[in-house]
Amino acid sequence: MAPVRERWPSAAGSTGDPAGPDAVRLALQLEVPTDVRLIGRIVQLVSRQARELEFPAAICSLNVPVALSEALSNAMLRGNKEDPAKRVRIRVMVDPAGLVMEITDEGRGFDLETCTQDPTTPANVVREDGRGLFLMRRLTDRVERYTEAHGLARNVVRLTIKRPPPADGS
Amino acid sequence: MSFTMTKHGNVVVVDVDGQLIVGNRQELKQKVLDELEKGERKFLIDFARTGYIDSSGLGVLVSLSKKIREQAGELRLADLNDDLKTLFELTKLDTLFQIADNRDRGLESF
Repeated sequence: MAPVRERWPSAAGSTGDPAGPDAVRLALQLEVPTDVRLIGRIVQLVSRQARELEFPAAICSLNVPVALSEALSNAMLRGNKEDPAKRVRIRVMVDPAGLVMEITDEGRGFDLETCTQDPTTPANVVREDGRGLFLMRRLTDRVERYTEAHGLARNVVRLTIKRPPPADGS
Repeated sequence: MSFTMTKHGNVVVVDVDGQLIVGNRQELKQKVLDELEKGERKFLIDFARTGYIDSSGLGVLVSLSKKIREQAGELRLADLNDDLKTLFELTKLDTLFQIADNRDRGLESF
């Protein structure tokens, strides 16, 4: 009997597997209590994995850390409302197409489409808040939100960063 | 992650070692506000040893800028690496803060 291959969420999307059978893939899953002091260590761990799988330096030092930090902050502060008994799950999938980070909390979620505040307008740039989702959108290729249907309802934010093509075009 | 404060003439220089993020932003805010309370009015935050800043960290900088200005003081920033410059440009916070290339120039600018 042929082994069943688990579906691999990829930056390439759900259609096909452009990476091929020899591609190097990494999957990482963490589950942590709601504690913002953990965010720095989680971000460091994920950024290091991206670097080891040869993502460009700027993506590893800016896009991944800031976007992931924002998603974790949202999950802990808004989703789980700082309740230390509630958990946050982080799944990271890296393959040749890119990097996908899924952050799951125990909150009710939010409507991504209505969260479109622009923090760069003259009126908003002096505000202390309102930059989190904006940064996630600007520093990733795609931000999605959905409710995990099986088991208890969970709010999932998925961030996708595609791997840029090689500079020499090869 | 730590914040070190040193006095250079009448300027308080704050070194941010590591990240400025949701988990430590309050520590930075409190340290600067304590100095403001003691009568200090000129502050330079040096990011030469800073990895990254998240939106909470940016929010604290905006908050401190307001509070220092309310006390007739000045807050300036220095030594942003390329990633941090990108972050400040994306959020247009480069238009809100006076940013020096390095610590010496930041100190001279007061």
